[in-house]
Amino acid sequence: MALKTGASVLRLNTLRNAAVRYVERVLQLLSTHTRPEVAQNTKYAEFPGAKAPYVTEMKFLNESSYDPIPIYRVLDNSGSVLESREEPSIDKDELVNMYKTMVQLTQMDKILYESQRQGRISFYMTNYGEEGIHVGSAAALSPRDLVFAQYREVGVFLYRGVTVTELINQCYGNHEDPGKGRQMPVHYGNKHFNLVTLSSPLATQMPQAVGAAYALKRQPNNDRCVICYFGDGAASEGDAFAAFNFAATLDCPVILLCRNNGYAISTPTNEQYRGDGIASRGPALGIRTVRVDGTDALAVYNAVKQSREYAIANNKPVLIEAMSYRVGHHSTSDDSTAYRSIEEIQKWTTDESPLHKFKMYLEAKGIWDAEAEKTCLKESRDTVVRTMQEAEKKKRPHWKEMLEDVYYDMPPRIQKQMKQMEEHLKKYPDKYPLDQHQD
Amino acid sequence: MASLVTKKSVLLARLVKNVGDCTKRLSSHFIYYPDNEKPVEGETTKMNMMQAINNAMDLTLKNDPTAVLFGEDVAFGGVFRCALGLQEKYGKDRVFNTPLCEQGIAGFGIGLATAGATAIAEIQFADYIFPAFDQIINEAAKVRYRSGGQFDCGALTIRTPCSAVGHGGLYHSQSPEAFFAHVPGLRVVVPRGPITAKGLLLSCIREKDPCVFLEPKILYRSAAEEVPVEDYTIPLGKAQVLREGDAATLIGWGTQVHVLLEVAQIAEEKLGVKCDVIDLQSILPWDEDTVCNSVKKTGRCLIAHEAPLTSGFGAELAATIQEECFLHLEAPISRVTGWDAPFPHVFEPFYLPDKWRCYQSLTEMLNY
Ligand SMILES: Cc1ncc(C[n+]2csc(CCOP(=O)(O)OP(=O)(O)O)c2C)c(N)n1
Repeated sequence: MALKTGASVLRLNTLRNAAVRYVERVLQLLSTHTRPEVAQNTKYAEFPGAKAPYVTEMKFLNESSYDPIPIYRVLDNSGSVLESREEPSIDKDELVNMYKTMVQLTQMDKILYESQRQGRISFYMTNYGEEGIHVGSAAALSPRDLVFAQYREVGVFLYRGVTVTELINQCYGNHEDPGKGRQMPVHYGNKHFNLVTLSSPLATQMPQAVGAAYALKRQPNNDRCVICYFGDGAASEGDAFAAFNFAATLDCPVILLCRNNGYAISTPTNEQYRGDGIASRGPALGIRTVRVDGTDALAVYNAVKQSREYAIANNKPVLIEAMSYRVGHHSTSDDSTAYRSIEEIQKWTTDESPLHKFKMYLEAKGIWDAEAEKTCLKESRDTVVRTMQEAEKKKRPHWKEMLEDVYYDMPPRIQKQMKQMEEHLKKYPDKYPLDQHQD
Repeated sequence: MASLVTKKSVLLARLVKNVGDCTKRLSSHFIYYPDNEKPVEGETTKMNMMQAINNAMDLTLKNDPTAVLFGEDVAFGGVFRCALGLQEKYGKDRVFNTPLCEQGIAGFGIGLATAGATAIAEIQFADYIFPAFDQIINEAAKVRYRSGGQFDCGALTIRTPCSAVGHGGLYHSQSPEAFFAHVPGLRVVVPRGPITAKGLLLSCIREKDPCVFLEPKILYRSAAEEVPVEDYTIPLGKAQVLREGDAATLIGWGTQVHVLLEVAQIAEEKLGVKCDVIDLQSILPWDEDTVCNSVKKTGRCLIAHEAPLTSGFGAELAATIQEECFLHLEAPISRVTGWDAPFPHVFEPFYLPDKWRCYQSLTEMLNY
């Protein structure tokens, strides 16, 4: 967001030449508040709404008044560390775990997507292309940090320890689905792992995440933050602005992580917003902000780790814009070839694949090889297939679950309705799929 | 991963076919009763409801140079493809994507209409209309009243897919008509199939009041009829009697009309009784005359809707009917509706006011 004046361009270049070494530096750069050139002896205005210099030359600002916000990365496309000081110190087991989670996620996506096509589950959404954002952020958080997700972040759930079994049970809506079969597939949630149950309406989770962060802040010796994931499309909702503004004005320890994958269903980002992406909104609203390469799990890791420390130490929000590409269709209801070309997609499945980069990084470190890859793929696939077969055999919850949890205590009116349905089912048992549900 | 993409696209043809099968399998709670009567003479073409809506918008864009059509993903046709081909035909300044923001879509539409354009706004799902609630309730509905008749936004029509689809769960299944029916100044309309969708939508677009047009999404593809190709309208504020009888009056709208038509048929076959079946069509303002005349004739009334019982639009109908028809009633008015719970995913067959729940209620009413 450095304003493009002679001075600031110079400043930027100096920084560039020095090759921005630390994320800290990037953050500094972004929060640098450069002012338009101002004549000497300038008088500063003291309006309650703005403390700024008076000028006599009228100057409009527009999107090209600012340099593009740079994209921080650690790895290049072949998985080599670009600047050794930027390499995070993550121990070997955790690195391997990060990669295995990505593989597991991809296998789950592949098989569940197909299973929807075969009519086994009613709906599915894949995460292809965004796996690095999931594991990079999840690994940098404490398991106790509270997560408010959108829907395309299931890698975070896996990394936290939610089992493939639990996720698949949710997709099938069987009696072991923690959500009791009430929501569509992929609407996961797990209280034990601090993963707030998803809801379909977009961006509603954003101000909620900010409120949750405020509550955490007020707890004695708080050492937790909240992370809120949202898409480039969701960022257009009124709730997104509310979240940014509340987070800033109410000093909330929340990480607002935008997954900018280029599309909201068929709508490309150039029809979603003008200006420099989602990141440019951060400084404008007084939020510390960084933009990272979302296909680089290590860059995401560094950004989230620093953001987390900063948020908790200062009770302040941080905005992260993780750039990526939605490789799969929006969902099983979508055919993205109606609005983008196969060639466009291809590039993001090869050079820019988060899995590919990370694998090469691990291989170069000598902690991964073809053999490990083969075993991992097989295990991941087998886990999903086996789990699916089991999930399919499990019955759906008892029909009465339909009317539970509406209120803490069921009001008499709903009790009456349950009775009515009970009587009705006695008269017409063969007209309802009772055999698919538990009795 | 590379192979994945190509594989997916190769599979596509087969996949699309499967989706159709899936819908069938997962949502068989009603039989579609096509309209046989044409509202106007002349040439017809077989259209499903999606095509009929597309046709109505096509005619509007062709004949009204101020008309624009917009919403999330509308440029490529919208997620239900109702706007398919219209951007190619009328250009990007007339058929376009908006940013993902329902309050923006509604407010933008009010502004267009205020400044003399015809605005057709699409909200992707009725379940996602609530961010626009303020614009619709406090603004669209009240512009004319608060300006002493100087301004209005009657040229605004908000189209949105609603109701059960077999596997929509909480947020792709709701029928929010009653929320909007509580707001003087709005018109709320629900078609039951392609012919009514085209005629009612054209009425809404031309009507001098802002309209919320709720399209039962399960009918987009499953319902096909011989639809007149020329321009025609169906009057707003008027119900239609689709089947006649003297034993009871069955009232519904949208998909539920088809459930009630089947119930009336079952009642005739099993019980030898005939019922009036009324499609209310316009939820606000609604047709008291047609409804009350029918109930005065039959003495019994069953109202069915997918939305929850409490404060559903059936409550308004029942209250008015008992006021107007009290001395004619032979049995309490019966409401068969979704239960007082959010719309559930795997429990949908138990949640809906299906034909067996309606039929049971009807038999109880007849034996009262
Ligand atoms: C309030 C609301 N409006 C519309 C939708 C329908 N919808 C579901 S996902 C989606 C696109 C979201 O795009 P983005 O936020 O960029 O996330 P991505 O799918 O790309 O991960 C839309 C329009 C919704 N779920 N909620």
